[in-house]
Amino acid sequence: MNPSIGKPIDRVDGKLKVTGAATYAAEFPIKNLAYGVSITSTITKGRIKNIDTRQAQKMPGVIGIMTSENSMQLHYPAGSDPGNGKFAEKDLLPLQNDRIFYGGQHVAIVVAETFEQAEQAAALVKVEYDQQPAAIGFEKNIASAYKPASGLGGAETQIKRGDAEMALQTAAVKTDETYTTPVYHHNAMELHATIAQWDGDKLTVYDATQSVMGVKGLLTATLGIPSEKVQVYALYIGGGFGSKGFTWANTLLAPMAAKQFDRPVKLVLSRQQVFSAAGRRTQTVQKIALGADQNGKLSAIKHATTSETSFVDEFVETAGLATSMLYSCSNVDVSHELVRLNRGTPCPTRAPGEAPGTYALEVAMDELAYKLKIDPLQLRLINYADIEEQKKKQFSEKSLKECYERGAEAIGWTNRKAEPGTLKEGNYLVGYGMATATYPANRSASTAKATLFADGHAEILCGTQDIGTGTYTVMTQVAADAFALPVEKVKVKLGDSSYPKGAQSGGSQVSASVGPPIRAAALGAISKLINLAISDSASPLHGYKEEDITADNGRIHLKNNPNNGETYAQILNRKGLEKLEAQAKTNVSTRQQGPPVPAPPGSPEAKAEEESKNNKAVQEDEKTDRKDYAFHSFGAQFVKVLVDPDLGTVKVDKIVGVMDIGTVMNLKTATNQIMGGMIFGIGMALMENTQYDPNNGRVVTRDLAQYLVPVHADIPEIEVHFINKPDPYISPIGARGIGEIGITGITAAIANAIYNATGKRVRDLPITPDKLIA
Amino acid sequence: MEPFKFIRVQDDQSAIRAALTIGTKFIAGGTNMLDLMKLNIEAPKQVVDINKLSLYQIEELPNGGIRIGALVKNSDLAYHPVIIKKYPVLSEALLSGASPQLRNMASVGGNLMQRTRCPYFYNTDFACNKRVPGSGCAAIDGYNRNNAILGTSDKCIATHPSDMCVAMAALGAIIKVQGPKGLRTIPFNEFHLLPGQTPHLEHSLRQDELITHVEIPPIPYATRSHYLKVRDRTSYEFALASAAVILDIQNGRIQHAHVALGGVGTKPWRAVLAEKVLTGAVANEQTYRTAAEATLSQAKGFKDNTFKIELAKRTLVRALTITGGMS
Repeated sequence: MNPSIGKPIDRVDGKLKVTGAATYAAEFPIKNLAYGVSITSTITKGRIKNIDTRQAQKMPGVIGIMTSENSMQLHYPAGSDPGNGKFAEKDLLPLQNDRIFYGGQHVAIVVAETFEQAEQAAALVKVEYDQQPAAIGFEKNIASAYKPASGLGGAETQIKRGDAEMALQTAAVKTDETYTTPVYHHNAMELHATIAQWDGDKLTVYDATQSVMGVKGLLTATLGIPSEKVQVYALYIGGGFGSKGFTWANTLLAPMAAKQFDRPVKLVLSRQQVFSAAGRRTQTVQKIALGADQNGKLSAIKHATTSETSFVDEFVETAGLATSMLYSCSNVDVSHELVRLNRGTPCPTRAPGEAPGTYALEVAMDELAYKLKIDPLQLRLINYADIEEQKKKQFSEKSLKECYERGAEAIGWTNRKAEPGTLKEGNYLVGYGMATATYPANRSASTAKATLFADGHAEILCGTQDIGTGTYTVMTQVAADAFALPVEKVKVKLGDSSYPKGAQSGGSQVSASVGPPIRAAALGAISKLINLAISDSASPLHGYKEEDITADNGRIHLKNNPNNGETYAQILNRKGLEKLEAQAKTNVSTRQQGPPVPAPPGSPEAKAEEESKNNKAVQEDEKTDRKDYAFHSFGAQFVKVLVDPDLGTVKVDKIVGVMDIGTVMNLKTATNQIMGGMIFGIGMALMENTQYDPNNGRVVTRDLAQYLVPVHADIPEIEVHFINKPDPYISPIGARGIGEIGITGITAAIANAIYNATGKRVRDLPITPDKLIA
Repeated sequence: MEPFKFIRVQDDQSAIRAALTIGTKFIAGGTNMLDLMKLNIEAPKQVVDINKLSLYQIEELPNGGIRIGALVKNSDLAYHPVIIKKYPVLSEALLSGASPQLRNMASVGGNLMQRTRCPYFYNTDFACNKRVPGSGCAAIDGYNRNNAILGTSDKCIATHPSDMCVAMAALGAIIKVQGPKGLRTIPFNEFHLLPGQTPHLEHSLRQDELITHVEIPPIPYATRSHYLKVRDRTSYEFALASAAVILDIQNGRIQHAHVALGGVGTKPWRAVLAEKVLTGAVANEQTYRTAAEATLSQAKGFKDNTFKIELAKRTLVRALTITGGMS
């Protein structure tokens, strides 16, 4: 049987989605369901003086109104890891007191028999506030910037090697510019939504989340209930882009209200509310200074980022991290500072750090290339990093030079004229731009369970989720190959916290993390099956050795005599077994320092861990020496733009992305992911931005009419290419994650192409017509 | 959303009778009104569905003009062969607005009545004189990149959002309305009101009146016309600046000129000063630029939208150049 991994198979859930049969969090039909509507603060900072609910309480259908006066007390969550339950605003558990830290903060939940009744009553709740002076406006508060201790997951935020300052002073050629990016909102199609149902002391939650296990962990901690009493479902997710990676108040408010009013409660944030109460990407101001010799060899890179966070948690947009490893350079100084503002808390957004970071760095590189009069592509090659210089490690696999080559050819890089404004098509100025893409290749510990059934089909259970990226599909391929079954015979089940713990969908890590244990569990099941046959005198394989036997298309047989064998179903049926199970846990992390952390004793993961000691696939995988390698994906983005110089409008004419992400597991879903990232990049370069009122600090542009994302008419011809060279160290599958790299570099490539067309260097995103006619 | 009474009427007279009830709103396509109701910006006590009325005709008139029923869908008007042939500016303006789905729902009458997309008008937590008279204007000192530069007042700087209306302003359309006392005709430039001290009053239609038709006068030279729209994304976005242009050029000289601007005015902006410059002048870039300067000399920029003054000039020059060419 030919392997399924690598085949461009259709999404296994495609039909369910296009027919509307896939059930998203807010769509579960729950009996006796009540509807919650959130009321949010209309001040930016202060205290709630009074909430008058009298009129609203009397409205038809109203079941109750939950405020900080009557809501249940939550326990403070300990975790800061989204996979184990990271509450996005650790100092602002919802409805616990009267303090207001930002506009749009939840202040009350109206619960009624219908959504319409809840909406109507919510409009009648009168909230009085004591306002306090708030920190409004990034620039106005920049003097209060401080250096954070670390970023997400303990990421370093201040990185140094050599002496960048000194090297800059003596550099023959220098650039020193400031690049700014605005606030972005994820704007997943699916709004943040939760349904909570109590059955005695057991809680069931349907949630729009990138981490069913994280939500389970968080509910357990905050509500103070035992882990086995909580079950979280997220069968289908309509996009997260980071906004559903941390857990937001809606996930807690629904179970709180359901408990308080003794009814299952659904709570869906409105699009407007998502702009305040469900995360965002922060504004950044990035100062980048580059120094090089006359030949273009970099001698110094300084990258200082200031971003903002809230008063109720700390999130660092680590824009400078990629700068520490992207190019070969002896003197590097990367720093990050934060300003606190009275806004909702930021969180990971579409390649957090790398997306704005590669925009600034890669535009700076383009500026340096112009100063040096060196082709920008050539400048990247001159400074090609053969090793990860900060960590002094080899890359596990890096084929970036091939990416550059193929991208340059596909876009027609030789057509580019270095002198801006010299290439024309009709009324348009033509420009070409390029940039490097990069994103860390993450992998974390994950567990899966495999089951072979007597009817010949197989099943995988894994407590991860498919956030729309194609996880169901590619994991079906992984499992099919390991089970030696056609994909139609394999069912992959995800999005249920009662399954063995899988990775959260964040940091582009799901495929790399859950692929190996899914593979290992399936191989484990086949191994058990082979051993059943070997020890069974009724089997034609009786008495042979395991290593002499192989599996193919639902059947095991002797390697050297395929005729001698029998089907999985024959073995199981003869043994009277309905099914055969195997579990596997791979304790591999590309980020974690030190030895793997064992699963808590008695947990389902501990059982899988125990079983994995005898699982050859796990043992070989874990044996791989990874400590000497740095894991990163790379790519090259090439862009051709047409600019109308009089009207300042930009038409992206063609984009090419060539990605080096290890094994391509499914060309369709992989192309989909990269293309989506590139379209995000068009949005970031040309239109996306969130505006806050300069006087009261509240979000002004808070719907999809005011917050522009690209529409079809903005999308040009897109070419996505892959190097498709397996990464021998990331896992036996060889696939690195692919979720976020598509958005990196692309914004810079567009900005660079616009400069090449017009000679206008816009260092403040987005590049809108007003900036190009200025 | 507030609860409301919903009725469906079969003829004009029933519609007008129903509108005598205070707090009544007609609904046709509902593409703007439903949003406003859901966001608690409008809370009609009674909503009268007029989609059953027979106002779907597009008729050529004996004088060469055209009469458009108020319920004609934006798409149907845009793709009507007579409109495409005789008034390309109108077809182009319609097709540059919204999305195909919205144009398939939106009616001509509703397009005339659509309200500003000023973000402060859309957010009930902010002051807005248009929404709540006397409450103030958060946009004037706020984020106002998309707000107006022409026809503003110290009470309101909200932009009129329509593309269709810009073409109709240039064409000098006439709005036919029916009320309890019979028919009335409103010239296009008198239909929408400047904000002045009363930005909540947006048009000269009375509570008990129903728009039945829009008439476009015969303009034989309107075959030479164009609508140009500049915006932050290629489709499905309101104008930063737009221009509707109709030019009658003979022997290189402009005999008649109709010009209107969108995205920059508090109402669809007939550019009378530009028309004055253009009429009788040689059709060349100098003339176009002078015309644009003349009209935009009245403009006043705010914190974030001063760029619109230059952008509107360039948009108009480009539209005139495309329409009139260079002689």
